[in-house]
Amino acid sequence: MPSITKPLIPAVRRERNALGLTIRDYEGPMSTLCAGCGHDSTTAALVQALWQSNLEPHRVVKLSGIGCSSKTPTYFLRSAHGFNSVHGRMAPIATGANAANRDLLYLGISGDGDALSIGLGHLCHAVRRNVRMVYLIENNGVYGLTKGQFSPTADLGSLSHRGEHNLVPPIDPMLLGLSLGATFLARGFSGDKAHLVPILEAALAHRGFALVDVISPCVQFNNHAASTKSYAATRAHELHVTDLAVPHAPVTATIPTEGAVDVPMPGGGSVRLRALPADYDPTDRRSVSAFLHEHAGRGEVPTGLLFLDESVPDMHERSGSSRVPLNQLAFDELCPGADALDALQAAYR
Amino acid sequence: MVVQRTDVTDPAWYARVVDCQWACPAHTDVPQYIRLIGQGRYDEAYLLNRESNVFPGILGRTCDRPCEPACRRGRVDADPVAICRLKRVAADLCGDVTDRLPRAPRERNGHRVAAVGAGPASLTVANDLLPLGYEVTIFDGSGAAGGLMRSSIPAFRLPVEVLDTETAAVLAMGADVRFGQPVSSMAGLLADGYDAVFVGSGAPRGKDLEIPGRHEGDADARVHVSLDWLASVAFGHTTTIGRRVVVLGVGNTAMDCSRTARRLGGDDVTVVARRPRAFFRASPWELQDAVDEGIAILSERAPRRFVVEGGHLVGVELDVLEWDATAVHSEVVGTELLPADDVVLAVGQENAFPWIERDIGIAFHQSGLPEVDPVTMASTRPDVFFGGDAAFGPQNIVWAVAHGHEAAISIDNRCRGVPVSTRPPPRASLTSQKVSINQWSYANDFNPVGRQETPHVDLARRFAELHVEVELDFTPAQIEREIQRCLNCDVQTRFSERLCVECDACIDVCPVGCLTITEDGTDDEVRARLTVPPAGSTEPLYVSGPLPQTGRVMVKDEDLCVHCGLCAERCPTAAWDMARLHLVHPTAAAARAAAPA
Repeated sequence: MPSITKPLIPAVRRERNALGLTIRDYEGPMSTLCAGCGHDSTTAALVQALWQSNLEPHRVVKLSGIGCSSKTPTYFLRSAHGFNSVHGRMAPIATGANAANRDLLYLGISGDGDALSIGLGHLCHAVRRNVRMVYLIENNGVYGLTKGQFSPTADLGSLSHRGEHNLVPPIDPMLLGLSLGATFLARGFSGDKAHLVPILEAALAHRGFALVDVISPCVQFNNHAASTKSYAATRAHELHVTDLAVPHAPVTATIPTEGAVDVPMPGGGSVRLRALPADYDPTDRRSVSAFLHEHAGRGEVPTGLLFLDESVPDMHERSGSSRVPLNQLAFDELCPGADALDALQAAYR
Repeated sequence: MVVQRTDVTDPAWYARVVDCQWACPAHTDVPQYIRLIGQGRYDEAYLLNRESNVFPGILGRTCDRPCEPACRRGRVDADPVAICRLKRVAADLCGDVTDRLPRAPRERNGHRVAAVGAGPASLTVANDLLPLGYEVTIFDGSGAAGGLMRSSIPAFRLPVEVLDTETAAVLAMGADVRFGQPVSSMAGLLADGYDAVFVGSGAPRGKDLEIPGRHEGDADARVHVSLDWLASVAFGHTTTIGRRVVVLGVGNTAMDCSRTARRLGGDDVTVVARRPRAFFRASPWELQDAVDEGIAILSERAPRRFVVEGGHLVGVELDVLEWDATAVHSEVVGTELLPADDVVLAVGQENAFPWIERDIGIAFHQSGLPEVDPVTMASTRPDVFFGGDAAFGPQNIVWAVAHGHEAAISIDNRCRGVPVSTRPPPRASLTSQKVSINQWSYANDFNPVGRQETPHVDLARRFAELHVEVELDFTPAQIEREIQRCLNCDVQTRFSERLCVECDACIDVCPVGCLTITEDGTDDEVRARLTVPPAGSTEPLYVSGPLPQTGRVMVKDEDLCVHCGLCAERCPTAAWDMARLHLVHPTAAAARAAAPA
C-alpha cells in the first residue's frame, strides 16, 4: 500500500456540494489493492457520484462479501455504515437490512466471483424482489485474490496469465438481469470515468434494484496481451450504447437534448438517456436482450445504461411492509404481544 | 494548433520546478541542504551551501531571501519554508570544515588578478580563482575583509565572529591581501601588469539630502549620512546619539540605522517614509523587527527643511502627502514639524569611482555606473570586470556572490584565451529516488505544520548590549518541524508515456488534483479541461506525447504539486517515477572541467 496517507493540502480549492461537503469528505483510508487496480478507479468514480448526488454519508450503508472488490467499501465514505458479510451473502444481508430500514441507501459492492459464483442465487432473488439498492459488480474476469483462476465472467477462449484457455462460457450479468426482470441494468468501464460517473449517479437515484456491471481490470492477473478484460482490450471493444447525464448534478459529459429520453427519478430530477443506435430502446426488454446477445457474439462490450424500468414496485411496495424503520417503532408496535400472536395463528387455522 | 509536447530534456524545464533554486541568484541547492540538515549532516549542508553562495553563515542572517517568496510551500499553505533561517542552522551547527575547503595549489598558474575591495563580490572571485592557481591580490582601504557587510550591517544582526570566520576562510586559500591600501588609480593598477582587474568596491557612499537648513547652525554635526554613520558605529567611533532621532528613508538601511540609534540611547526613534506602507522598500521581517523595538513609522511624509533655532537643530519640517492608489502621484496637503536631536539620512546609496580615470577605455553611464555586461560582468575594457554593488548599484549580498562567480568564469576564460561570451552550461542529472516498492530516499509525507517563528532576545538585553545578536537559534524541535515543511521540489515527477495504461490511478490519488488525461488541444482548451483548473497560474503545463491506448495526453500543472510521490506509488507500470534533479550552476572550476583549453 502507499507509504503515506493522501494528505489534505490547505491551498487546494475544494468545491462544496449542496450539503456543504467536499469530495474529500466522501473518501476513506488508503487502498491496499494493487497499484493500478481498476477497483480503485471505480471507487474514485463512486466517490465522485456520491458527492455529486449530495448523499449524506451517514445515510448510506456499504455492504460487501469477500474478494478484492469486497475490500473496496473500506476505501470510500469513511463515515457511512458498513457490513462486510461472508462470501456471496451480501445480497441477503442487504435485503434484510432494507426490510428493517427503508430510509437508508444500500450500496453493495461485489465482484464477478462473489456475485456470479458463490453468490449467484442470492443475487437472482434480490433482483426478483426489486430490493431498493445499488448492486455493483467490479468485473475483471479473474479470481485475483487467489492468484488468477478464471471467474464466471471469463470469456470463452480467453487466456489466463499462465496461458491456459478458458473452456467454459461466461455469465453475462446484464443478460441475467434482463431474464430475471431487473429494473435497472448498466455497464461501465473503470477507465472511463466521464461515462461511469453519470451511470452511478443514475443507479443511486433508481427506485429499485440497480445492477451495475463495471469492467474493472485486474492489473496483476488479467491485463496481459491475450486478456479480454484488460485496459487495452476493453478500450478496443467498448461500444457506448447509451450516453447519459443526470441534469441536476455537475457532470463532465454533455448530452444533447435531441433524440434523448428523460426518465424522472424519485429523488428529484431526472436521468437523460440518449440512445446512440437509432433503433435502440432502453425500455424494451426483448429488444435489449437481442441487442446484447448480438454484440456479445461479436466480442463487443456494450456499455451505458442498457435497460431501465421505473414503473415496477420495489420490495416494500409489493409487500406493504412498514414505512417506518423498525428501530423507530415503539416496542408495543414492534412486538404486539402474545394475544396478537395467538390471533394471527388462529387466522391460519 | 495543438499543445506542444513538453521537452523535458531541456534542464530548464525541471529547473523551473525548483522555485527556490531558480529564484536564488547564486542557485543554491536548497532542498538538498535542507535534507542534509534533516540527516544531521550539518558539515555537508554547510559545504553544499558554500559551493554556490560562499557565505552561508552571513547570508543565513542577512540575505534578502528571493527564494522565500518563490517557495512553493507559500502557495500550498500560508508561509514559505524558512529557507534563510535553515541556512543559518547549517552554518551554526557545522563543525570545523577547514580541511575540506579548497586551497590554492603550490604551483600557481602564472596569471595575476587584482580585486578592488574586500567585500562579498571580490571574495567570491578569489574563492573561485585561487584554487585554479591564480594569484589574487585583494586591495581594501579598511583594515579588515567584508566591505559593507562589516561597515554597514550592525553586529546585532551579523555577529563579527561569523563575518571573520567566513571571510578568513577565503583569504586562507592563499590570497595576497593588501588591507589599508585603497586603490587611488585604476591606470596605476593596470600598469602593474595584472591579467585582469575585478572591481568589487561596492556602492560606498550614502546619499546626502540637500534641503534648506542642511548646513545651518550645528546641523552638519547632527545630521548623519547612513553608511558613514553605521561604519562609525561599527568601528567604535560613535557611541551615543540624541534622545529623539529621526531616520529619513524606509529601506533596510533605514531599519539598521533606526535600530542602531535605539541602542545608542535614542528612545524616541521615528522612521519617516514618503510612500504608504505597502510600498516600503524594507524587507517585511526587518520592518517588523524595527517595530518590535518600539520604532515609530511615519509614512506619507516628505522632508521639506531642517529646522534650526538658535544655532541648534530642533527638528525636521515635513510635507504631509496624499497619494493616489498606485502611489505614483502625490500632492502636499499640509506641513508638520517633527522634533529631533539627531537626523540620520537613509535615502539611498551612490556609486563612486573617482579613482577610475575616464580615458582608459572604461565607459560609464550618465548615472555614474559603469557599462557592464550583465552576463559576463565585463566592462568596455576587456581586462576589467565589475561585480556586486559596483556593477549595477545597491543590491543584496547574494547578488554580489552571483556576480563574483560569473566574473571569475570570465576572467578564467580570458586568461585561457577563451571568449568571455562562452558560458559553461548548467550540469543537470535526474536520478530515480526509488529505494523499494513505495519507499523513497526522501521523506515524502506532507507535514501541515506552520512556519516556525524565530525566537528573539528580549528587548531589555538588546538595548543594554549593542552587539548582542537579536535573533536566537531555532530549537532542535523547531528545526525538525521546519525541515519537514520543505516539499522536496527537486524530486521531480518523471513520466514515461509509452508505459501508461491510462488506469487513472495517479489522477485519483493526487492530493492536489494536478494531473489530467485528456484529448490534445490548444493550450486554452487543455487548461479548461484540467482536473483542478489553475487559479490564475500562467505557468506552462507539462504535456506528454500521445498515450499508447487512446492517443490522449497526460497533463500536469506543476503549480501546487507537493512531490509526495503517490502518483508513482499507485502507478502499476512505473510510468511515473520520482527522480531528483541535481542541478549545478558552474563556477570557474566546473567551467574549466567542461571545456579544457
